[in-house]
Amino acid sequence: MNQIIEKELESVVIRFAGDSGDGMQLTGTQFTNAAALFGNDLATFPDFPAEIRAPQGTLAGVSGFQIHFGSTAIHTPGDQCDVLVAMNVAALKANIRHLKTGGVIIANSDGFDAKNMRLANVPENQNPLTDGSLAKYDLKTIDVTKITRSALADSGLGVKEIDRCKNMFVLGLIYWMYNRSMDSSINFIKDKFRKKEAVMNANLKVLQAGWNYGETTEMFANRFKVAPAKMAPGVYRSVMGNEAAALGLVAASQQCGLPLFYGTYPITPASDILHELSKYKHFDVKTFQAEDEIAGICSAIGAAFGGNLAITGSSGPGIALKTEAIGLATMLELPLVVVNIQRAGPSTGMPTKTEQADLLQSYYGRNGECPVVIVAAQSPADCFEMAFEACRIALNHMIPVFFLSDGYIANGAEPWRFPKQADLPKIPVSFASERKADEPKFMPYERNEKLGRPWAIPGTKGLEHRIGGIEKQNITGNISYDPVNHEQMVHLRQEKVDLVANYIPEQTIDSGPEQGDLLMLGWGGTYGALKTAAGMLQREGYSVAHAHVRYLSPFPKNLGELLSKYKTVVVPELNNGQLVKIIRDKYYVDAIPYNKIQGQPFMANEVVAKIKEILA
Amino acid sequence: MDVVDNKLTSKDFVSDQEVRWCPGCGDYSILKQVQTVLPDLGRPKEEFVFISGIGCSSRFPYYMDTYGMHSIHGRAAAIATGLKASRPELSVWMVTGDGDSMSIGGNHFIHMLRRNIDLNVLLFNNQIYGLTKGQYSPTSEKGKVTKSSPYGSVDYSFNPVALSLGADATFVARTMDRDPKHQQAMIRRAYEHTGTSLVEIYQNCSVFNDGAFEVFTEKGTKKLETLFMEHGKPLVFGENNDKGIKLDGFKPVIVNLSEVSANDLWIHDEYDLVKATLLSRFYDDPEVEGHFPRPFGVFYVNPDKASYDHLFNDQINHIKELKGTPNLDKLIAGNETWVVN
Repeated sequence: MNQIIEKELESVVIRFAGDSGDGMQLTGTQFTNAAALFGNDLATFPDFPAEIRAPQGTLAGVSGFQIHFGSTAIHTPGDQCDVLVAMNVAALKANIRHLKTGGVIIANSDGFDAKNMRLANVPENQNPLTDGSLAKYDLKTIDVTKITRSALADSGLGVKEIDRCKNMFVLGLIYWMYNRSMDSSINFIKDKFRKKEAVMNANLKVLQAGWNYGETTEMFANRFKVAPAKMAPGVYRSVMGNEAAALGLVAASQQCGLPLFYGTYPITPASDILHELSKYKHFDVKTFQAEDEIAGICSAIGAAFGGNLAITGSSGPGIALKTEAIGLATMLELPLVVVNIQRAGPSTGMPTKTEQADLLQSYYGRNGECPVVIVAAQSPADCFEMAFEACRIALNHMIPVFFLSDGYIANGAEPWRFPKQADLPKIPVSFASERKADEPKFMPYERNEKLGRPWAIPGTKGLEHRIGGIEKQNITGNISYDPVNHEQMVHLRQEKVDLVANYIPEQTIDSGPEQGDLLMLGWGGTYGALKTAAGMLQREGYSVAHAHVRYLSPFPKNLGELLSKYKTVVVPELNNGQLVKIIRDKYYVDAIPYNKIQGQPFMANEVVAKIKEILA
Repeated sequence: MDVVDNKLTSKDFVSDQEVRWCPGCGDYSILKQVQTVLPDLGRPKEEFVFISGIGCSSRFPYYMDTYGMHSIHGRAAAIATGLKASRPELSVWMVTGDGDSMSIGGNHFIHMLRRNIDLNVLLFNNQIYGLTKGQYSPTSEKGKVTKSSPYGSVDYSFNPVALSLGADATFVARTMDRDPKHQQAMIRRAYEHTGTSLVEIYQNCSVFNDGAFEVFTEKGTKKLETLFMEHGKPLVFGENNDKGIKLDGFKPVIVNLSEVSANDLWIHDEYDLVKATLLSRFYDDPEVEGHFPRPFGVFYVNPDKASYDHLFNDQINHIKELKGTPNLDKLIAGNETWVVN
């Protein structure tokens, strides 16, 4: 056996890339679970095409999964990767720009044959594996297909089924490279294929073959160790944003004691919330897959009228269709949570790519004066808390609330020190109680100190009343075209939103000085990149702070004052400048927009460079 | 179901809101019939909910002293579906018009029927857009001259009964504003059916489409132009009940009872979908020679198909039984956890 040197690393970024049918998402997820169970901090970034099986071998069909894991705090999936797994030449071509100089390429040579070269538009007589163009990297060429096929020659499986095991070879090899236990993947395979023993055994065999390949060949001189991260003590799990959002909604339903009704229509990247919730019927979760987006929200409004914790979920194009109904919910003054997992737009845009371009839509995208409450999650695990918060505010204030997430955090994963039910606040809800004939008439638009109206659900004696989209007379709820009443109601609905500021936490500084040269004011899924960039700048001695807004309408009461403590305010966003418009409008601060609109998250390095440029 | 101690009267269902339909509007009659039937159903008032969309007909909930929602155009079916699925013990009614349900809300309408959710749907068909002041609707006859079709509409019209049967409705009936007794009977039948009950009501718009259904409703022509279907009885019509419908294979023919015995006539069978489909196509222009009379009554009823709200909640209850008391801590923790000390 050759001499293998073991090296200790602080953090590593691996990018798995292959054809969208190569199982790279699964491979990445498996490695993520193993890293999480080992105790590393981590962040992931799945980057895949919208087509389930995009044209094989082409650049458009490349599916990638990047994981950044380490023994230190990790907040982003990493700007550049240390290891690139390329299952074919298209995957290499599409991803080589993400690889650090000197980084390792693990290339499946079978994916570099003449056909693959042609599909990836590589000029004839060129082969990156042999023409020296990859000289600045550490290239490891392995015929994964051939090895997999020979390992499974006696398996009795067909070639198609055998080739589907290729990703397990890569996974086994990477496990070996980073000294990882394969137990979690072994258990996964055993469970997933428990009814197909031949396929189960084939996957297990190839996984082991990958490990053995690293162990026995002399191809790899180094093996790496990444120690567990020093994280706050507690019990952790790995969680993806949409999973966390679904759990947050269920938790809110349990804490308020009302059944959860989720009316929705499938759409990328929000569908996983429906998939999750539809499994939880025993938690009194009712999922309704409607005939369209409009029916999704309207069914939720019906359920809200009936006394359920009502939620609808979608992404930008679907939210556009729900617009009129959000206006109705605002007039009805019923609790409703509208989940928007943002994606790159407009129109169909780029469904699997991330963007934060629906903030103004949430704020202003309705006819008439129609203010709503808006909260946004900042990381995969934070989706739990903010989804819970959206429900709390909707129920406590009898108001529609937007919960914003985005494709990046929805599909990204991170370790989560999850709460116990006992630590979660209760959400007290009380319905209006029945009345006898001799009691005063029920007033459906009577208001409490939060300006909320009574929630009088059908079936309650003596509270028969009518609500609707036509302007209401305050207190009585009767139809009213009275000019002064309309103006009063418009003000009341705005005030109702504004009052929520008394029931949310104040804005805090995430890192950096409490006053200084520059504040990066972010919101949503850019949190990790901005936090990392702020840390880098602070270590270099810059007077730069980072604050991340999770409550966007209304803003925390102290936000204006906080902004005034810095000479410069920069608002980095994955859009063409949305939060910055609202900040400039509301606080009269000369905030500087910093925008990226490529369907890709910020990289910490580019943020650092931009901030330095602004400070120069 | 609770027993109502003090018997309700129609007055109990009259709200304190002033009714604002045009004088002579057919809607008044429908409101009156609903308020007449509801007290007799033996159900507490607070269990009734009326959901509507937009249009003249959709003002209906304001005039009923029940729970109600006047929602947005075309969406009543979706809202009512959400309410009924989440609160199956309520009696949920949907009030809609030909613009609301046949046009902007068409998608929700067919999917409501496909699901067979237990709603009672009153479709006020006046073959015109009234609230927007007189444009042709999807049920207006081709060639109709209106504000938006000064040279005559070139649109073919929808046949709501045929559409409903095509969408697998389990209860389909037709009635008219000018026949209170028949209307009451249809409303009651709709209530008694479990599943989506569709009642198409020919309703006169006295301002923008006055007399659209005159041939069916007025004394001089009613007997000749209408066919009142009753289960188990032969299809008979005409001035002196002297005409009937006979089936010649799958071909309906009009016969004179002086020539054909009543025993040989088509006997109406509400449970026969094929025959209901044939009857739904009795939709000729009454001006055309040899046309069939327009059928009224229950076309079709399928009492055996489980309703959506039933299936929806049954499944939830089954999963609850199967999985036992839910444990939120376990759910949040997921399958794999690790401890950091």
